[in-house]
Amino acid sequence: MYRYDEHDRKIIAERVAQFRDQTRRFLAGELSEDEFRPLRLQNGLYIQRHAPMYRIAVPYGVLGSRQLRKLAAITRRYDRSYGHFTTRHNLQLNWPRLEDIPDILAELAEVEMHSVQTSGNDVRNITTDHFAGIAADEIADPRPYAEIVRQWASFHPEFAYLPRKFKIAVNASAEDRTVLKLHDIGLELRRNDAGELGFRVHAGGGMGRTPILAEVIRDFVPWRHVLTYCESILRVYNRYGRRDNIWKARIKILVKTLGVEEFRARVEEDWAELQDSQNVITDAEYARVAAHFAPPAYEPPSDDDQAFAYAVASDRAFARWVGRNVHAHKRPGYAAVTLSLKRAGTPPGDITADEMDLVADLADRYGFGEVRVTHEQNLVLPDVRERDLHDLWQRIRGARLATPTVGLVGDIISCPGGDLCSLANAKTLPIAEALLQRFEDLDYQHDVGELDLNISGCMNSCGHHHVGHIGILGVDKNGSEWYQVTIGGRQGREAALGHVIGPSFAAAQMPEVVEKLIATYLEHRVDAERFVDTVERIGIAPFKTRVYGAGKELARAA
Amino acid sequence: MPHERVIRHGRVEPDAWRFVGLDEGEDLQALPHGAIVVPLAVWKARRDALLARLEPLGVWLEPHDEPGEIAADLPRLALVAVRFPKFTDGRGYSTASLLRRRYRYAGELRAFGDIGRDQLFYLARVGFDSYRLPEHRDPEAALAAFGDFSLRYQGSVDDPVPLFRKRAAVEVRHG
Repeated sequence: MYRYDEHDRKIIAERVAQFRDQTRRFLAGELSEDEFRPLRLQNGLYIQRHAPMYRIAVPYGVLGSRQLRKLAAITRRYDRSYGHFTTRHNLQLNWPRLEDIPDILAELAEVEMHSVQTSGNDVRNITTDHFAGIAADEIADPRPYAEIVRQWASFHPEFAYLPRKFKIAVNASAEDRTVLKLHDIGLELRRNDAGELGFRVHAGGGMGRTPILAEVIRDFVPWRHVLTYCESILRVYNRYGRRDNIWKARIKILVKTLGVEEFRARVEEDWAELQDSQNVITDAEYARVAAHFAPPAYEPPSDDDQAFAYAVASDRAFARWVGRNVHAHKRPGYAAVTLSLKRAGTPPGDITADEMDLVADLADRYGFGEVRVTHEQNLVLPDVRERDLHDLWQRIRGARLATPTVGLVGDIISCPGGDLCSLANAKTLPIAEALLQRFEDLDYQHDVGELDLNISGCMNSCGHHHVGHIGILGVDKNGSEWYQVTIGGRQGREAALGHVIGPSFAAAQMPEVVEKLIATYLEHRVDAERFVDTVERIGIAPFKTRVYGAGKELARAA
Repeated sequence: MPHERVIRHGRVEPDAWRFVGLDEGEDLQALPHGAIVVPLAVWKARRDALLARLEPLGVWLEPHDEPGEIAADLPRLALVAVRFPKFTDGRGYSTASLLRRRYRYAGELRAFGDIGRDQLFYLARVGFDSYRLPEHRDPEAALAAFGDFSLRYQGSVDDPVPLFRKRAAVEVRHG
């Protein structure tokens, strides 16, 4: 993984000092609430329902065991001994004290971490594929590019007060595991006809109140020019994005309003002047950063080891876990393992300090000390030897990290919702919990097959409900909490937005609604069709009829 | 209005400029004597009369004003100012960057309006070299902001060379 040099350390240390001074001036009454707000947001700090909510960046989802132990220690010292992994490679704390944030920042800096631009109207944490560097379908490792973009975007002087937040994702694989088309900029690594590496640049995607899939702005930008191309996109957005209405301020609205042709023309006009910019990436810089992501010392595969195959054949529970939670690795003899953070009784993505320490130990014992954070709010051990899988599984089963439901209905994505977040219209955690309990039967979940169920507590869409096969959105109607349901959304190359099935429901109705949606699918499914494929084939009408009972039963919902 | 204090080239000094058109209902026909800064609309409407005064002249831009509209006249202007009605409106940063880079403006570039100590470092990076803070913010105390960071990851107007090119240079020297 990327390690700071003296320069990175100095910049982060200066940031800590800057925010310490800003916090001091705020507490001394020298900065007003309005003056301080954007400054704290640029350091990941919200003032929330119960306490500040604090968002720590895990750049492009890569986390070292040493860093994870530090996060555990921070949650013990400054919070309530747990944290929440979000859909954007961030760890969220819900109970820190404002006064302590500068000290937390300083502790993070000790392990080369920070919370820079994890909130606010700036360029947020860069995200990528959680299998980066180990995926067999990868064109090249996206992490060096993600790191180079991260450094460029950090403390960018021109783009700290954008109309709205700005999210960049990088994908380098045949499959898309980054929800690329729902980002403000989606950088898709590819080779052109001449075999050169570069990016297809998508822009104008986003979730929120008006979900829109990104458009292709340029089919090929040579990798050296990716920073300058992003710069031109951001400049056009910074100048012309709407600032009068928070709900129309994202770049997606600008691209729609101008039309992709006009938007592209403005970007290209600006970019034409940047061909000789010093920000054009050099070979030396690529090589310097890429060296940090060199493959670890993998063992050669051993042909005579049959223990793994034997264990799969003889242990059904293990085989089931392998089927869902173990993923192909480009190195023979190795696998990636998802440590599921989806367990009944615990909010999706939540992890205790003790579990963080355990995962750090596992990363050292069963890998090279590295963990990945997924946008589906799970953790990944990226480099596990196949012959260690059974041993690992036995260790994590008792630790509640082996729920064998990755990609199934139990693998719920959810934001913290109204229990913790002041932006939320409705609670999400009781809904997630009720669903986890309702679908606790693993045989049922495995029979239903792949089903992304995503829950957001408000239109900000932190729970990615628009791209859930089943999406649930908390809405406020006259002060009470209701839930709107969409079906047919999907992530990946064929990303699509879900369709609202009808009037929203009360919380207590939700398990039954989801059960009916699934029952409809099971009745109609053909062969190995997934839920979302059936929705696409037969449309939403049969699902509506089943759920709303032709206008009765649940239809009294608002 | 004249002789307010401004930060200019890293020091606090009296302001030589008088801004026209900031107050509602101000009579824009009666242009005062001395160094004045007029809004873009006044400049466009009375360009010849303003140039005939033979006194120092500046133009100030709102966030939505296109800096291209004064591009051809930049050699005639001793000051270009960019207004920040709210410090969270970041358009002026791109205006400055364009004036310096695209239109090669080399004169004094002033940020004014709702700006403060915590914006100065980034404002300086995109090409501003003078600043008029609102009266309730102390310009002397704000000077420290220019030292907030000693290194910059990305190239911008103040220093177009990004850190990565400097890293490489250091390595070559040490190598």
